Amino acid sequence: MSGHIVSRKVYFAIFLSLMVLTAATVAAAFVNLGALNVLVALTIAVAKATLVALYFMNLRYSERLTWVMVAAGVTWLGLLIGLTLSDILTRSWIAGALG
Amino acid sequence: MPDHASGHALSPHRQLQFESYEQQQEAATFGMWAFLITEVLFFGGLFAAYTIYRLKYPAAFQKGSLTLDLYLGGFNTAVLIGSSLTMALAVHAAQTSRQKALVIFLAATLLLGSVFLGVKVIEYGDKFHHHHVPGPDFRWRASDRGPAQLYFSLYFAMTGMHALHMVVGVVVLAVLIVMALRRRFGADYFTPIENFGLYWHFVDIVWIFLFPLLYLIGRHG
Amino acid sequence: MQTSHAMAEVPGPAPQALDYLNADYGIRSWLFTIDHKRIAILYLLMITIMFVVGGVFAAAVRLELLTPQGDAFEADTYNKLFTMHGIVMIFFFLIPSIPAVLGNFCLPLMIGARDLAFPRINLLSWYVYMVGAVFGTFAIVAGGVDTGWTFYTPYSTTASQTNVIPAVLAGFIVGFSTILTGLNFIVTVHKMRAPGMTWFRMPLFVWAIYATSLIQMLATPVLAITLLLLVLERGLHIGIFDPALGGDPVLFQHMFWFYSHPAVYIMILPSMGVVSEIVTCFSRKQIFGYTFVAFSSLGIAVIGFLVWGHHLFVSGQSAYAGMLFSLLSFLVAIPSAIKVFNWTATLYKGKISWDTPMLYVFGFIGLFTIGGLTGLFLAALGLDVHLTDTYFVVAHFHYIMVGGAIMGYLGGLHYWWPKITGRLYPEFWAKIAAVNIFIGFNLTFFPQFLLGYLGMPRRYHAYPEEFQVLNVLSTGGAPVLGVGYLLPMVYLIWSMRYGPRASANPWRATGLEWTTPSPPTTHNFEEVPVVTQDAYDYPAMEKKVA
Repeated sequence: MSGHIVSRKVYFAIFLSLMVLTAATVAAAFVNLGALNVLVALTIAVAKATLVALYFMNLRYSERLTWVMVAAGVTWLGLLIGLTLSDILTRSWIAGALG
Repeated sequence: MPDHASGHALSPHRQLQFESYEQQQEAATFGMWAFLITEVLFFGGLFAAYTIYRLKYPAAFQKGSLTLDLYLGGFNTAVLIGSSLTMALAVHAAQTSRQKALVIFLAATLLLGSVFLGVKVIEYGDKFHHHHVPGPDFRWRASDRGPAQLYFSLYFAMTGMHALHMVVGVVVLAVLIVMALRRRFGADYFTPIENFGLYWHFVDIVWIFLFPLLYLIGRHG
Repeated sequence: MQTSHAMAEVPGPAPQALDYLNADYGIRSWLFTIDHKRIAILYLLMITIMFVVGGVFAAAVRLELLTPQGDAFEADTYNKLFTMHGIVMIFFFLIPSIPAVLGNFCLPLMIGARDLAFPRINLLSWYVYMVGAVFGTFAIVAGGVDTGWTFYTPYSTTASQTNVIPAVLAGFIVGFSTILTGLNFIVTVHKMRAPGMTWFRMPLFVWAIYATSLIQMLATPVLAITLLLLVLERGLHIGIFDPALGGDPVLFQHMFWFYSHPAVYIMILPSMGVVSEIVTCFSRKQIFGYTFVAFSSLGIAVIGFLVWGHHLFVSGQSAYAGMLFSLLSFLVAIPSAIKVFNWTATLYKGKISWDTPMLYVFGFIGLFTIGGLTGLFLAALGLDVHLTDTYFVVAHFHYIMVGGAIMGYLGGLHYWWPKITGRLYPEFWAKIAAVNIFIGFNLTFFPQFLLGYLGMPRRYHAYPEEFQVLNVLSTGGAPVLGVGYLLPMVYLIWSMRYGPRASANPWRATGLEWTTPSPPTTHNFEEVPVVTQDAYDYPAMEKKVA
């Protein structure tokens, strides 16, 4: 929350980490990892987003309610994608039966 | 509250419905987070569509992705992360009442945001030039003309929505700079700066996902 | 508690006799108000107009269905009529009805706050609603739209020749009004409660509105992006759902119902909250199982997000997803039943009085139970194949939305009318209207269960002759229902001028809103109240009287 002032050094450190991670995700894209490529890209993206949220957005020093809010947002996003996939991914299972 | 003699909660920035200025600040920050959660789900619809079509048409998505300019995309990613840094520093300047630094960092954020949008204009122009815009004029050599259009539809919808948020951000930034020049902010009142910072960082986070999902498919191929 | 002191802390003290209604006059004082109570009145005005508009379309639909032949309207016109009935009623009446009117008015009063957390955003949400209403009106006046309120692709993106874009934009825009209201309520409940007003002392109406707001916040943005993509596809060929490109129209249905199924709970949850308030007051008892009722609101809100696929059973959704969604759909019955059982248990050995709000509550409990149980029929995968897109579905959701949501809305409107206007409504006419609505409603919609079960499909302007008797009954009920709805409009408006003045607490109800004068002053409380009791301590109140 507004009460906590983060040192500028932290901001610069986060900035550098984000740049390094960006370079890493580009580099990883040029290596053939098969299906793992997506996973690596998304893991790095989640790591970057977490850094931005925790430090740039001060989530780390926020009240618990804010954490609950963020968790709800991520969970509901998961519900939207997950339950939709429950249809898309299982359609072919009995494709023969239903045409 | 150094400059308000009344001591307890009666800051001049307090609105009537609140008991204390602190309560008001908490409500404002919480409200901003709640708003950003709605934004997560707004973009979430696009990400859901993206997930489904990428699973369905991996080859077309790879071909589409390879037409994007990785240098411009990477450059823009760096620009946006840089603008997040300047924005964080702007909040810091406001918290510590350094008026000049606040204006400078807000202006730097505005500049970087504009650079991002400028590059985006170049990229979009490129798409029009190569007829990679979905619709009757769409040109595609490979056989998967339909799924490729789905890729570019998603590309335009996702980056377009993102850019729209950037445009809104740049406009608000301009307003905030004018207010900062009038010394409206300081250690006792910086809620608008802080909340705008949250918004700006959120827009950055969206791009952090868009960049690998749109630009970095199958670069090894 | 309701003794008045001069305002000690609040700047700009107003003379004591002024309430929020006569504090200021003139159109500007209304259009630029940031008082949650006045904004509630602005909403009340608008949704009443929308209700009448939607009702006219409904009347036209029933008129056409009086005879088997499609004689009153062309098929295309009929398609437009039921579409616009749905759009107006759902987006412009039901969704905002209780939250934006009764919630707006009561929520700050009930938790002991002077206003919502963001009064200007509250006003903004009304203006956003108005912009949406302008788009909606344009779509209607320009010739209507015929896609059904669900705007299914690819019909809406490629085939329909009607005003799809303005209608979709209307839904898109009004969605933002919903989001803003929900967000405001959530922040208010978290941050603005009076000292001593703990979560488990909050009135159950506040719990219900809170759960509703969560849905508004988490679901509506997905509707917004879905409708926007539809507009992009129709207007600019940015085709996300276009089967010609390999796109998946069922994806549109997924995204649409991710919002629109929870939206049903946006309509019904606030009504349940109203019922909890009224049922305790008019049986003079503590609510039975407070925590169960409170948490069942959250339970309905959460589970409501997991069931949307039951709208897609016959849309080409995978059978496995169908099974999953069917199972999850049955789960919603649990928190819903908890509520019904707890209300019934609250009535047990209560000192029940038969005032108008209570009549609506009895109507609600019965009709909602029928609506809910028939929902279980539809959630059953195999049975739904027979019932889907028949009048059984139409009857089912009207029992929820009209028999449930509107009954609760009218019950709440009567219950809080003395607080809102400072006047009592005429009890005799109110009872007549309530009974009228109950009879008219059942006459209109019960035959539709039978019609649907016999196989009459929805959304056709003509039907085989053997369905006529039941359709005549249904159409015969409509004017009875219509009179029932017109009566309150007449006597409530009449009461604003001629009704007897209401005391601060005409129902002898608990709750902070009844400690303020009727109507309340602009800033609700002279001093912020300190809460020391649980909600609904009616037994103590009864003892005091005895």
